Amino acid sequence: MSLSLLDIKRIALLARIAVSEQQAHEALNQLNPILGLIEQLQAANTEGVEPMSHAQDVSQRLRPDEATEPDRHGDFQSVAPQVEADLYLVPKVIE
Amino acid sequence: MTDLDIFALAADLRARKLSSVELAQECLRRAERLNTRLNAFITLDPAKTLAEATEADRRRAAGEDHPLLGIPLAHKDLFCTRGWLTTCGSRMLSNFVAPYDAHVIERFKAVGAVNLGKTNMDEFAMGSSNENSHFGPARNPWDLAAVPGGSSGGSACAVAARMAPGALGTDTGGSIRLPAALCGITGIKPTYGVVSRYGMVAYASSLDQGGPMARSAREAALLLSTMAGFDKRDSTSLDRPTEDYGRDLERPLKGLKLGLPTEYFGSGLSTDVGSAVEQALTHLRRAGCETVTVSLPNTGLCVPAYYVLAPAEASSNLARYDGVRYGYRAAQYGDLKDMYQRSRAEGFGEEVKRRILIGTYVLSHGYYDAYYLKAQKVRRLIANDFARAFEQCDLIVGPTSPTVAFDLGARNADPVQMYLSDIYTTSANLAGLPGMSVPCGFGEKARPVGLQIMGNYFAEARMLNLAHQYQGLTDWHRRRPDGLE
Repeated sequence: MSLSLLDIKRIALLARIAVSEQQAHEALNQLNPILGLIEQLQAANTEGVEPMSHAQDVSQRLRPDEATEPDRHGDFQSVAPQVEADLYLVPKVIE
Repeated sequence: MTDLDIFALAADLRARKLSSVELAQECLRRAERLNTRLNAFITLDPAKTLAEATEADRRRAAGEDHPLLGIPLAHKDLFCTRGWLTTCGSRMLSNFVAPYDAHVIERFKAVGAVNLGKTNMDEFAMGSSNENSHFGPARNPWDLAAVPGGSSGGSACAVAARMAPGALGTDTGGSIRLPAALCGITGIKPTYGVVSRYGMVAYASSLDQGGPMARSAREAALLLSTMAGFDKRDSTSLDRPTEDYGRDLERPLKGLKLGLPTEYFGSGLSTDVGSAVEQALTHLRRAGCETVTVSLPNTGLCVPAYYVLAPAEASSNLARYDGVRYGYRAAQYGDLKDMYQRSRAEGFGEEVKRRILIGTYVLSHGYYDAYYLKAQKVRRLIANDFARAFEQCDLIVGPTSPTVAFDLGARNADPVQMYLSDIYTTSANLAGLPGMSVPCGFGEKARPVGLQIMGNYFAEARMLNLAHQYQGLTDWHRRRPDGLE
């Protein structure tokens, strides 16, 4: 299984990473050998094997539905690229 | 003074032969002097460090005592430290001042340890050589032409070069153990869930685990005992009693059964590393350990499984960097989508983008079963291999890395070659097991070799026991790189 240039552009769009034509070519050359490495997995016999998503067999803890964090929006917004009147600014999405 | 270990420094602090401020000044002087060549630190902030040291002295004067009170420690630059720049080695976070402390930082603050600075790393912890840092690579203090290993390369470098008596790192596929091996120091990745990930910038959440890096196992045990513990803010933190990881240090090794995985001593292992490890085994047998051959038949599938699962988790975790709430935003953009795309294209480095693209691909429609689910099944096979091996032995030992440190630039052009540096380390992360590296000699070009010790879940105290006893028989961990002055 190897990727095409079109695949690279599609993945980059899904990942929201801008790629130029040249960058897409470079990514193609680098990702295909990595996929070759990954392809080795297909040789493993995994019939009847339960997928392992986590190292420990623990279930999610529940907690009371109560606010536990103090309001520190000033601190958290101080690291934002653009803020106005306590709101994060982004390009207009609704006309 | 910077050659003293944490216990000797603690004794001097306790005896008032030394103040924390004097110690911090000395470490800062050395760090500032050497950093121009070693690039171990991304951020040194003497005013903040000295303020913390002053506070430690005040607490001691008020009667407080702890072996880490007033001891300066270096922190990998992905632990959020309130008021400090926390860059994660990335342009994306190059202006990010953390608004809160990571859980482990809180724990070190609680006992009065001093933040010496934030160390260099591969961007978002993705790398095996430290060359993926936006701030340029840290160097190997044993040989400035060599990589320090990654991703916690700056922390390993700082400890090896005696800039810091101890440091924090994180390990997702070998990122504590590999640089520890390549820089000739001791580092331990605990069992998954033992150290809270709260405030640790996420790479691959089911594999990431923080741990200490120091010169000796005894110091590593002290640091681990301080940083480990339940934290309800990390949903994967294990709610279990706290441990003194140094409790078994002096236990005799007689009868301890060491498993040697056939697959870790095969053709991929370079002869210089192999013979240093063999020599270590001779020492351990003489000290009363028994050795048995074990098999981890799926070893060859660890790196392929890792490079599906880690990028998959990374592509999801790193979706948060959108140029809206924090981090880098492109200077020029059109609409919202364009802003996301440009900010991420400009803010992330090449390797990070590569892994996001791989992760996005393996999770995308039509490929999920073939890659992601398949890798999760192989992950189970890898964990089963260890479960079977630990029926035959108490601990597993072998090399940490197939080679000594390679030259800067040597593996940059070939990602697959670089990924194979992690051939003996990704297994512990995939299985969730603890693993550590201790210095066991020197190989080609007089570069350090690391001995890897792996244990069953929660076997850290026994691993540290083996490491400490080994360090009583050898002096590799006391060697220091010369020619740095």
